[in-house]
Amino acid sequence: MSSTTAQGTKATTSTKDGRIGDILLDVKGLKKYFPIQRGFLRRTVGYVKAVDDVSLYVRSGETLGLVGESGCGKTTASRCIIRLYEPTAGQVFFKTRALSPDGTPKMVNLLELSREEMNRVRQEIAMIFQDPINSLNPRMTVADIIAEPMVIHGKYVKGESEERIVELLRRVGLRPDHLRRYPHEFSGGQRQRIGIARALALNPSLVLCDEPVSALDVSIQAQTLNLLQDLQEEFKLSYIFVAHDLSVVQHISDRIAVMYVGKVVEMASSEELYTNPMHPYTEALLSAVPKPDPLYKSDRIIMQGDVADPSNPPSGCYFHPRCQYAVDLCKQKAPEFREVKPDHWVACHRAEELKLRGVY
Amino acid sequence: MAVAAAPAVPAKRKELSQSYWSLVWYRFKKNKLGVLGGIVLIVLYISFALIPEFLAPYALENRSQFVEAPPTAIQLFDEQGRFQAPFVYGLERRVDVAKRLRTWVPDTDRKYPVRLFVQGDEYQLLGLIPMNIHLFGIDADPREARIFLLGADALGRDYLTRILYGGRLSLLIGLIGQFLTIVLGMTLGVISGYYGGPVDMFVQRFTEFLAAFPNIPLFMALSAAIPNYWSPIAVYFMLTIILAFLGWGGLARQVRGLVLSLREREYALAAKSFGASDLRIMFRHLLPGTTSHVIVIATLSIPGMILAETALSWLGLGLRPPLTSWGTLLQDAATIRAIRFTPWLLWVVPPILITIFAYNMLGDGLRDAMDPYSGRG
Repeated sequence: MSSTTAQGTKATTSTKDGRIGDILLDVKGLKKYFPIQRGFLRRTVGYVKAVDDVSLYVRSGETLGLVGESGCGKTTASRCIIRLYEPTAGQVFFKTRALSPDGTPKMVNLLELSREEMNRVRQEIAMIFQDPINSLNPRMTVADIIAEPMVIHGKYVKGESEERIVELLRRVGLRPDHLRRYPHEFSGGQRQRIGIARALALNPSLVLCDEPVSALDVSIQAQTLNLLQDLQEEFKLSYIFVAHDLSVVQHISDRIAVMYVGKVVEMASSEELYTNPMHPYTEALLSAVPKPDPLYKSDRIIMQGDVADPSNPPSGCYFHPRCQYAVDLCKQKAPEFREVKPDHWVACHRAEELKLRGVY
Repeated sequence: MAVAAAPAVPAKRKELSQSYWSLVWYRFKKNKLGVLGGIVLIVLYISFALIPEFLAPYALENRSQFVEAPPTAIQLFDEQGRFQAPFVYGLERRVDVAKRLRTWVPDTDRKYPVRLFVQGDEYQLLGLIPMNIHLFGIDADPREARIFLLGADALGRDYLTRILYGGRLSLLIGLIGQFLTIVLGMTLGVISGYYGGPVDMFVQRFTEFLAAFPNIPLFMALSAAIPNYWSPIAVYFMLTIILAFLGWGGLARQVRGLVLSLREREYALAAKSFGASDLRIMFRHLLPGTTSHVIVIATLSIPGMILAETALSWLGLGLRPPLTSWGTLLQDAATIRAIRFTPWLLWVVPPILITIFAYNMLGDGLRDAMDPYSGRG
């Protein structure tokens, strides 16, 4: 039930300062099932549906926040986009320059590319990882780490590239004399900056940020988020920002996609989503956002039950066992991911009739 | 996080930045036993593998009439008890008809001073520099008298000389064999761990097949397969390859295990996300993470290789005369007759033991230095 996202409705609805352009990445019906194998012959006895029909899009220059509980498939989805995992089904359209001889950008389906073609496209999609300790090779110096993407793509030129590395390092707030050091000599925030510098080495157009600040201290989180925003403005970057912390996501995102058990259940601009959520799961998540007001009496929605098991999901809408608004239809039929209002996408049968509570 | 003020002591900054290996070296230095093992090994390799020609008083195959002469005692006092510069007595042959024994007794009429840096048999140092200077020796016509610090063998050859030369083959077989093992084991281990699936299955079943085979019959079969018209050197390299071929399995399994965990590290994923090739990920990102482990295993298993060569040669399956290794020397010493009448032939055992101990001490020291969880310094 791949949802059809009509190109027309998503065309430039320019917000803020007009930095946001056309569609850069359009993901349709992305699925990733991991087989469960048992026994000596490794027979496949089932599948973990880590990503189960994800559709989303990113415009150039904007930030799409991807939120959800642990294990809902946010990270898997982002890794499928860059084909670190081979998706089971779906389409990932990306506007790339790397594959056309004259450098004009065109939309290609990444999942149909050969290995070599995909590797060329990887110059334009970079990744920032969650764990600042594990994402840098401990045996390489900072200079080698940042130079690596250039070396891989044969773009390392002695002298010139070294200057660029120093410039990148300065840009992310580190000193040139850090070049010859090893990752273990840096703090978590500094290491994440090295990861950011590496991601920028090839001038990408899209950066997949996989929970880049969740391993950091709160004060460092803010610095890093501000750095990411500055860089976005300066280099015209688009971000997919995977996170589980709603306040972080609100701070940085232009639009937000909410995931639940492998599916995107709601996608809208961040103001719209926060003020006017249309999916009960989003409402429950928003009620958990802490408010900086000591007199505020929380009327948090406490969800019943556990997150659904992605290898054995419930019938109909995956969220129905925990949903306080569920009706019979929800148990029988999975809702379609549809555009209820312009640029507001929801997968809920009762989206129109429910009046859900936002944050404000 | 603005650029901080320039450090007050810029000179010191350089020292602060230490690579993994300099940290390992720093920790290793604190382990006295490990350092001792390393020093002993360096001395052994220099004296046995590099310059035995200079240290030995005679050439390897220099035979003499002094068949099975016992170790020569170096004298400091003459018959009257007067102190003199070191000298040795000449040897005189006695035959005990009743016991049917031939023995050698010192002839106190003939004295030969022991000298350092004497001229003797011609040789080429390191295979390059022609020389005839030996570290020590006696001033005498070698047909008339000789110095045998560790006795002589059944052909009248100096046994110290033979142990020194024999060490070259035995010590190097461990190094060369282990080098081949590392190359084989690391390559197959990293391929097996990185690709997984059928490749992994095949490599793992093959190592199990090798491990399940009884070693000695396999050695026998493989060494019987070496044609006997091959030159001794070819036989030597063939034996090295056989030892390496049988030894890589364990290493490959360990490397595979490490790679399995390393490839899930985000830095391997990061390299992949930037479009790195499989080869680059395997050899630039995964293998360096296993080197410390591999070095420890290799150091600890070199003695096994040396012992395997010794044992095989002792069984007559490995090196054969005229090649001289500790194994072939041990073969000469391993008869009842040798132990009863020429026990000095057992002098080959201490160098073997010292080598093995030194390797183990070095290996333990390296393991402690490289293991981040050891809790030491």
